[in-house]
This record gives sequence, structure tokens and C-alpha cells, in this order.
Amino acid sequence: MKPKVYPNVDAALDGLADGMSIMSGGFGLSGNAEACIEAIARRGVKGLTIISNNCGNQGQGLAVLLKNRQVRKVNCSFIGGNPDLAEQYLAGEIEVELNPQGTFAERIRAGGAGIGGFFTPTGAGTTVAEGKETRVIDGRLQVFEKPLRADLAIVRAAVGDHFGNLRFYRTSRNFSPLMATAGKLTIAEVDRLVPTGTLDPDDIHLPGLFVQRIVHVPEHKNVIEFRTTRDGAKRDGGKP
Amino acid sequence: MSWSRDDMVKRAAAEVADGQIVNLGIGLPTEVANFIPAGVDVFLHSENGLLGMGPFPLDKEVDAQLINAGKQTVTALPGASVFDSALSFAMIRGGHVDLAILGGLEVACNGDLANWTVPGKMITGMGGAMDLAAGARRVVVLQSHASKDGNSKLVTALTLPPTALGCVARVITELGVFDVGGDHFRCVERAPGIDDAQILRSTGARVRF
Repeated sequence: MKPKVYPNVDAALDGLADGMSIMSGGFGLSGNAEACIEAIARRGVKGLTIISNNCGNQGQGLAVLLKNRQVRKVNCSFIGGNPDLAEQYLAGEIEVELNPQGTFAERIRAGGAGIGGFFTPTGAGTTVAEGKETRVIDGRLQVFEKPLRADLAIVRAAVGDHFGNLRFYRTSRNFSPLMATAGKLTIAEVDRLVPTGTLDPDDIHLPGLFVQRIVHVPEHKNVIEFRTTRDGAKRDGGKP
Repeated sequence: MSWSRDDMVKRAAAEVADGQIVNLGIGLPTEVANFIPAGVDVFLHSENGLLGMGPFPLDKEVDAQLINAGKQTVTALPGASVFDSALSFAMIRGGHVDLAILGGLEVACNGDLANWTVPGKMITGMGGAMDLAAGARRVVVLQSHASKDGNSKLVTALTLPPTALGCVARVITELGVFDVGGDHFRCVERAPGIDDAQILRSTGARVRF
């Protein structure tokens, strides 16, 4: 079997090109494939379509690609707390496709699962339904939503083996396993790389066939957007 | 005397019943967790992929990879589970979340809710708001009675873009508790010292008492 483990993210990103669509896991700045994002920023590829719940926040993460003017379109659910995106969106410099978060997740799931689309009650009667097919199903108005796929998916996992079997940690899981299924090429950056066979089959969150390239990235910044504690002061936006 | 913010949050906490799965929206609704009465045992759902959310961590317990939908650090209680976003919204859309307490910009007396955008002013995206409004089995809105401009946020028909239609059961404001009644709101409770005249004056729709 062709080895899937790459020595670093730059090697794993071989083939990255202008105009690509990229899915990036993470919720805000939590659970991001930080090393892949930094490498994409360094490479300076342009005209990207970013498919990610937030496209970075507070000038960090994927927001660096926005600052670098590398992004043509963002497909997301929430842009609050992301001044770079709001600014470029209002100036008409960037295309933004807003999705209800559950619809966004399901579109990605459908893309990876080979489903041609689905009807959902979410967004019925709202601007989200404009220009889309609607149908009353079981007495309820529903909106047709199409699947999402991408040229590249980048995800972070807590543990990965050499086949690409992944385990995620806590709320860092979010969109990552879905996106891994919907990328033509999926790169996983893993905190811990273990020999194949180490993970118990019952404990694998994402089977390795969805992952084409693996990079061991032991250190992450783990940015906290709102550090809230019950014994200390509320230090918004602080570092861990 | 109208209710204070804490009074409103406490009143909203009384909506929560033992054994329920509850999602609390970002902002004021999040604080409802602090006032859930003793003996009422609930599982809090956070749409970024956590069921069984606990209070904010102690400083030494802070985990950057354990956050709520507002991106605040939180904890997981015994019995908690984590899952991906598709499963999280299957819980919401599939009617497995008993109660969502959400913030509001406008609620119409037919149950329509607007809480995600003010054209030209508030550009944040809807996040999970549309799924929660459309999917939770019961939606209670916790909001001020009037906007900062002094306009009533309880209206006959929405002026702002809707989040979901016909989804709201009840609205809690500083003046009282109002159930949607189709072509009117029914005032089911009022803050101490608030009379019918003040409620009628402050509400942009018919009110029955």
C-alpha cells in the first residue's frame, strides 16, 4: 500500500492550486487544522473557495487567508466575530453563501455520502429558500438543498494511524469527519500518530479510507476565543 | 416594576422541566443554565456537538477543545457525549430537543420569529438559529419587550427577515409572559406592578389577558 504519512504539511499539500475549493474543519478557532491553514497562507494560492463554518475569527485561522486576499468565495453559516470577512463581504469583494448550520453540515454529509440533495424544513419561508425548490412533505414546507463537495478537505484529529483511521477529541470533532468524507483529497493533521492496529476498531470515529494524506502535527496553538471560568475573571479572547 | 434581566432569566428557567433536553441560545438565554431549579435534571445540548454541557470550568480545568456554540470554554457533566455536527443537527431537526430558549429581535403573534439579521446593520449569519427555531419541539423566546429604538419587538407581522415561521410558543420579556395566539398574544403572567394599559401600550399587536 502506498504510504499515506507525509513528513510535513507542505509535502502533504502537493497539488494545491489557485481556484481550489477547500473544506476546513473546526468551529471558530477550535479544532482547526492549524498547520495546513498556515501552509496554505504561505503558499499564497489565490481564488480559493473556503467551505468552513466560520472561515476563521478574530483575524486568526482561515481569516489570515482573507487578509491575504486569497479567497474568492466563502461558504459558511456564521460570520460574527470575523471582521475581515464582514468587511470584504460588505465591500462586495468576496462572495458569501450563508447556510443554516444544520443544513451546512447535512450538505457536506450528503456530498460525502453520494446523496443528490435533500429536503429540510430549516429555512422554509426565509431568504435561505429563495431560488430553491420547495415541497410540502408530511404537511410541512421543506426546502431542497444540494450536496457540497470540495477539491481538498483539511481536518485536525487527536489520534490517527497510518491507514488514516481517526479519533477526534471533544468538541473539536464538529464538521471534520463530515468534511473528510466530502473532499476529493483529504489531509488529516493528527496530534498523535500511532501504528496501524493500535486503535480499537470500535473506537475509530472516521475510517481511514476517507483520508488520503496524514501529517503528524504534535503542537497546536489551541486558541481560545472566550476563556470563561467559574472561579476566575472572564478573559475574553485570551490564550490558554 | 418590570423584571430585571436576572428576573427574566429566572422566569425562563421555570420553563425547563425535569428530564428535558434543552438548547440555550447565545447571549441572555445562556444564563438560564445558572437558574435551573434544584431537582430539575436536564441535559443541555450545544449545537457544536455536545450533550450534557456543564458550567464554565475552573481556571485549571480550561480545555480549548471543549467549547459551547458561543465559543466559550465549558465542561462536560457525567453522562455527556460529543458528536459531529450532522448528528447534532439531526437531534435538533429530528425533534429530539425538547426545548430551545432563544433570543429574539421580533416575534409575531402567529409565532413567526426574526432573530438572525437586521438588513444593513447586523451581518453575522444565522449559525444554528434557523435549525433550532424550526426543529426544537418547543421554542421559547427570551427578549426585551422593545428595541433600543423604542419599537415593540412583539408585533402583528414581522418587519425583519424571518428565522422560521410559526415556531414560537411563548415570549418572556421584562413586562411578562406572552403566548402566541394566532392573531393576538395572550398575556399569561405579568411582572409585578405592570398593568394591562402598559402592556397594551408597549405591544405592537393585540393582547388578550
